[in-house]
Amino acid sequence: MADSHTFVLPNSGHNFDAKASKMGMWLFLLTELLLFGGLFLVYMIYRYLNQDAFLLASFELNVWMGTINTIVLLTSSMTIAMAITALQKGNAKLAITLSWLTILAALGFLVIKYFEWSSKFEHGLFPGMDHFDALPLGERLYFYLYFFMTGLHALHVIVGGVFIAVVIRMIKKGKVTKERYSLLENSGLYWHLVDLIWIYLFPLFYLIH
Amino acid sequence: MTGTAIEQPSFFQAKKGLFSWIFTLDHKRIGILYLYSIGIFFLVAAALGVLMRLELLNPGRDLIEAQTYNQVFTLHGVIMIFLFIIPSVPAVFGNFFLPIMLGTDDVAFPRLNLFSWWLYILGALFALSTLLFGDGPADTGWTFYAPYSVKTGTNVTMSVLAAFILGFSSILTGLNFIVTIHRLRTPGMGFNQMPLFSWALYATSWIQLLATPVIGITLLMIVAERVFGIGLFDPSIGGDPILYQHLFWIYSHPAVYIMALPAMGIVSEIIPTFAQRTIFGYKAIAYSSMAIAFVGYFVWGHHMFTSGMSGAAAIVFSIMTFFVAIPTAVKVFNWVATLYKGSIDIQVPLLFALAFIFNFLIGGLTGLVLGALAADVHVHDTYFVVGHFHYVMFGGAGFAFFGALHYWFPKMWGRMYNKKVANTAFALLFIGFNATYFPMLILGLKGMPRRYYDYLPEFHDLNIVSTFGSWILVTGIIVMVINLLAGGLKGKKASANPWHGITLEWQTASPPPLLNFDKMPELPKGGPYNYPNAKNADH
Repeated sequence: MADSHTFVLPNSGHNFDAKASKMGMWLFLLTELLLFGGLFLVYMIYRYLNQDAFLLASFELNVWMGTINTIVLLTSSMTIAMAITALQKGNAKLAITLSWLTILAALGFLVIKYFEWSSKFEHGLFPGMDHFDALPLGERLYFYLYFFMTGLHALHVIVGGVFIAVVIRMIKKGKVTKERYSLLENSGLYWHLVDLIWIYLFPLFYLIH
Repeated sequence: MTGTAIEQPSFFQAKKGLFSWIFTLDHKRIGILYLYSIGIFFLVAAALGVLMRLELLNPGRDLIEAQTYNQVFTLHGVIMIFLFIIPSVPAVFGNFFLPIMLGTDDVAFPRLNLFSWWLYILGALFALSTLLFGDGPADTGWTFYAPYSVKTGTNVTMSVLAAFILGFSSILTGLNFIVTIHRLRTPGMGFNQMPLFSWALYATSWIQLLATPVIGITLLMIVAERVFGIGLFDPSIGGDPILYQHLFWIYSHPAVYIMALPAMGIVSEIIPTFAQRTIFGYKAIAYSSMAIAFVGYFVWGHHMFTSGMSGAAAIVFSIMTFFVAIPTAVKVFNWVATLYKGSIDIQVPLLFALAFIFNFLIGGLTGLVLGALAADVHVHDTYFVVGHFHYVMFGGAGFAFFGALHYWFPKMWGRMYNKKVANTAFALLFIGFNATYFPMLILGLKGMPRRYYDYLPEFHDLNIVSTFGSWILVTGIIVMVINLLAGGLKGKKASANPWHGITLEWQTASPPPLLNFDKMPELPKGGPYNYPNAKNADH
């Protein structure tokens, strides 16, 4: 198609534009914030209407597991940030190692989450189970929100992990490099968002007493 | 046309084969893919509309059962809103013309653009799959109000997921346009030298980006409630159905402006071209789009005056609703002022633009009746709402879509449709439209409730008028579609600039080459609508 005689505009949409891709990522993060924003709004209203029930229900959660998960995610945010810096300085190998560490942390987070959820199931604390259906409405609302918000967050952890894995492949293929690192940076931005949402979920569900 | 230099092949000729279309990264081809998919869904949903009008020809059951009727109006709404009106102008004409009008060769993220179209098709398949299994399509109305949407046995889950996927597609298109407008304008084109259509798309894209996620999460909550019993909205297991309505309208009211703003952008293009005159109040029109987008966020409560909210909240929402009328009226006055002393060339696109103004005025003024607290209590959930909504959406956005189709047709296909037939189709559409929907406004004032397949005998006369009107309307649609198809296949060759427009899309060949321009486009001196031979004594 594009032979040497074809005129190409200087402001072509097919040019590599790091600023554009970063801008696109930030706009996408904005939509993610609003997605969770809707849930935070629902949480706020139901917590306001059922303060005592929410407090009572929150004692069912394991603060230690939540704390460990918070530390895991914060550490992974650090490793992905380091990966970006490593690539910017031209050390692709180190960048790949650090990205793998981030994925490892994501898996660790999901494993801990799995144990947390299973212990809830063992106690019959899921909609449809006998113990759950006997709870007062307010406490049920707490658990609806707990499962929905942490579940959606866990989905984002998976998506973020896959995103980073794809970028690792691109680094190996030489498509993401010292000069063209914006894809790695974008995966990092996305990962920070996943981390940030958890930073809000953790106190809302585990800590407020 | 005499080709002086070697002609570039048009984007139609550049590549061949089915795969060159469905995997294309060219914004023009993606625009055309959208046009055909959206067009088909429009015809399907229009047929459902005609079916409903037929059922309402006489009181009592004529054709379909009450339950079928509920499913028909839901499917009509879901298709028209999510598959036609929301994507219509941005996805078709935005995709095709935004990059050309900005003087570039594609959107900022061509792959994402193709992905958006694939998401659109996936969402459409989800919506249509409800026809095939279980108890059939949802019967909740397109609003999916809880708790009924949680309890009904019809396929609400699939419809809701369809709306979620389509919303995601809409978000990505909006994101793409915002970055395109920020990063890819031709050198020398500042924000205030952009064509007004770009401004309208810019405002629309922000709404798509900032409002759609809220409905996304709300619809996911409905799915979670149906599938896992996460009872956030069903009062019998914990939740609050009014909260659903709030979350739904926080998106769905701004969504009305996703539908209306691009239509206004089109009118702002058509009117100066056919008046051959500088647009009156360029900045006022541009910024009023942003103002509508902004104020539109704070008016959602006016859908819920009768569902239970505090008097103070209702008054605030009502006042905010009246504020929306201000930037809207600014636009209307500016369009009319642009026509004043212009050298007006009455062609089909202009007729559609004028019809837009006429219909939208009725739609807007009836909107104020609904936004006023005391009046709304009486006409809420009557045919007045149906009439108002169709005046804004069909008479407004729909007519602007048709106008854009006739305006840019020669540019997109390089051929001209039969203008006489197009005039006839316009007349049929305009008369048919008003005959169908104006009686609804009166019926609503008389108290006929909406969403029933039956009505009291005293409403019979006006329902007959409305159903007759729908026949004229549908004839108009058929004539228009056939005329355009025939024009595209074997119409007369059109020149590069048949309407003497001066925005950048008229500087390239018709249809444009693959990369849009074969030389640097030249910005018109003194602004995007500074017509050289216009008598602009006042500017």
